[in-house]
Amino acid sequence: MIYARVYNCCKVLLRVWRNALFTILAKRELAKDINEYVIDAPLVAKNAKPGQFIILIVEEGGERVPFTICDMNKVLGTVTILVQTVGATTAKLAKLNAGDTIASFVGPLGNPTDLSGYKKVMLVGGGIGGAVIYPQAKLLHKAGIAPVTVMGARNKDLLIYENEMRTYSSRFYPMTDDGSYGDKGFVTNKVKKLLDTEDFDVILAVGPMPMMEAVTNVARDNPVKVIVSMNSVMVDGTGMCGCCRVTVGGETKYACVDGPEFDGKLIDFAEARTRASFYKEFETEEDCKIRGPRKK
Amino acid sequence: MAIKKRNKPSELNPNVRNKNFEEVTRVFTAEMAVNEADRCLQCKAKPCVKGCPVGIDIPGFIAKIKQSDFDGAADVISEANLLPSICGRVCPQETQCEALCVLNKMGEPIAIGALEKFIGDYKLARGTKVEPIKKIGRRVAVVGSGPAGLTCAADLAREGFEVTIFEAFQRPGGVLTYGIPEFRLPKRVVQNEIKMLKELGVVIKCNVVVGKTILLDELLEEYNAVFIGTGAGLPSFQGIPGENLPGVYSANEYLTRVNLMEARKEGSATPVYRGKKVVVVGAGNVAMDSARTAMRMGADEVSIVYRRSRKEMPARLEEIHHAEEEGIKMLLLTNPVQVLGEKKVEGIRCIKMELGEPDDRGRARPIEIPGSEFDIECDQLIMAIGTSPNPLLPQATPDLEITKRGIIVTDENGLTSIPNVYAGGDAATGAATVILAMSAGRKAAKAIKESLL
Repeated sequence: MIYARVYNCCKVLLRVWRNALFTILAKRELAKDINEYVIDAPLVAKNAKPGQFIILIVEEGGERVPFTICDMNKVLGTVTILVQTVGATTAKLAKLNAGDTIASFVGPLGNPTDLSGYKKVMLVGGGIGGAVIYPQAKLLHKAGIAPVTVMGARNKDLLIYENEMRTYSSRFYPMTDDGSYGDKGFVTNKVKKLLDTEDFDVILAVGPMPMMEAVTNVARDNPVKVIVSMNSVMVDGTGMCGCCRVTVGGETKYACVDGPEFDGKLIDFAEARTRASFYKEFETEEDCKIRGPRKK
Repeated sequence: MAIKKRNKPSELNPNVRNKNFEEVTRVFTAEMAVNEADRCLQCKAKPCVKGCPVGIDIPGFIAKIKQSDFDGAADVISEANLLPSICGRVCPQETQCEALCVLNKMGEPIAIGALEKFIGDYKLARGTKVEPIKKIGRRVAVVGSGPAGLTCAADLAREGFEVTIFEAFQRPGGVLTYGIPEFRLPKRVVQNEIKMLKELGVVIKCNVVVGKTILLDELLEEYNAVFIGTGAGLPSFQGIPGENLPGVYSANEYLTRVNLMEARKEGSATPVYRGKKVVVVGAGNVAMDSARTAMRMGADEVSIVYRRSRKEMPARLEEIHHAEEEGIKMLLLTNPVQVLGEKKVEGIRCIKMELGEPDDRGRARPIEIPGSEFDIECDQLIMAIGTSPNPLLPQATPDLEITKRGIIVTDENGLTSIPNVYAGGDAATGAATVILAMSAGRKAAKAIKESLL
């Protein structure tokens, strides 16, 4: 019995020590400017649940940025995140490869996705929103209630996890803006068609804010519940600064501790949009420093 | 016989210092320190000691300074206080030790804070040789690396405990690092104090959020006791219309961006809005820190808006004095009722206030004067109206008893509702001072030692 205690103690201590170095164990380019990273973070992996997020700092003195946890392996102690290169910090991250380390990796933060109690589920993913709905598809499929999934991207190359989503969904509807794959159009076109002909208990919609707002609006007059995952600007991620505040049902909530998922129909999206674009000018400046001037 | 005047450390020129982050108040020279120590009457009754939350033997260390025995003075102080460089800078001495100094009656109290800072900095520059400490085979986890956690950890480490501090942020120090600005508490001072802690054998693990990354139950499986020093990091907002407009910051967010994330530095990866006309709501130390920081970040105009009058302002007198010298305007008996703006904050609508009867905490109740609304133009608004304990850890730990206001319930030694789990500092009192947090850390360390040995 004493050996078991010593063994467990060593395991925890080793986990804590390993947590000090966050090594990228694997990196996969899923699409242009979309990378999948498997990070060595055993403490984070142990308690992480789908829907939660991490905050990372690429290098000492860098910015704190949140990313949703896409997958985790508790035995190996790894966490998987998807990162789209959109600005300075993500550009820095895109330059790193397996074997490189990142300075800080904090989590699991926020509340996990909770779709328990729902039978007829629609998952809607836009762009790298697929990273958040993919683990839910797996869970629902395992529970015997495979979801109906709508995934959208600008073009065929940016449609991620297509095979995986097809496997775990009862029905799978890929959409592309340019029609290069699946149906041509936005995810909202398909969502509206589905809602017109079938009853759903809940829609989990994850993607760029305008997409989540659009899906919510299309479903507004339908009794279906809409859950969205707010990608608000954050600093600490633990509820101490209020940067990520969102008005939900007339009350101020923090996306980092009350969310990141909320009832879409109660969110003041107009306010959320202005808050999200507050640092756009700074981002563009910083981005130019890293990558050179970009065409808008 | 005329009383000799109090020695004052020199200060940077207000119109120069309000554009940079250099420490405003210089430290005593050795000569000034000895001179000031010489003024001390060495009262038998030692009233000053009664005013110190950790009971430093003030006449004792001052006597050593008078003899130019600075090492001796450092030894006297470290019996009660491990962070003199910090306390000498941030303690509200005017309501503590210096308030009770008998020379206060003549308006020339001993500059106890400045003397403590002098010895603290002397000690840091000299370095401290740490004798090897015999480990006693007991392990304690400390949650939070602010003043309460750092003090508890240091005291336990000195007694041979193996201590690990878990810190949520990427750098330790808590409010000493993210909250108090560089020009009031240089970060090299905080880093040096933490270095001394590491030399005592304390291990600090950053980027770990207890309650998320590790649960309290999991800590209790591996450690004999836990001390919670998670502070009061939940910002208060007024709840007025327009408060969520971009450009409206909590003081926590503003200061964390500028201090911890170093947004004040050229080429920083973390953005912060540099307002030209900034309004700060509140009149505590955090409000003064926010206003003075905004000035340094390039504002043309910075105003404090406070609903009570000058007499009720909670900030240290030195901070208010420095803020006014630096050009910050004080709009007293004024309270915001609405934040104005379309895509971002453009101004605030305020109402004039008058003072009524004292409330249940003895502070004059502010009452709106109907019809006295007026607008102030601003492009950045910082809410510095107080903080309360962050609910993250209690919410993850249902057995941890807290009050309605989120304060962790403890006995006089810091013991919580969970056996072997202690708490102290702002997490157990609500927002207070660095020195009180240290005192709580000290009490808890003593209780932990007594319970485990």
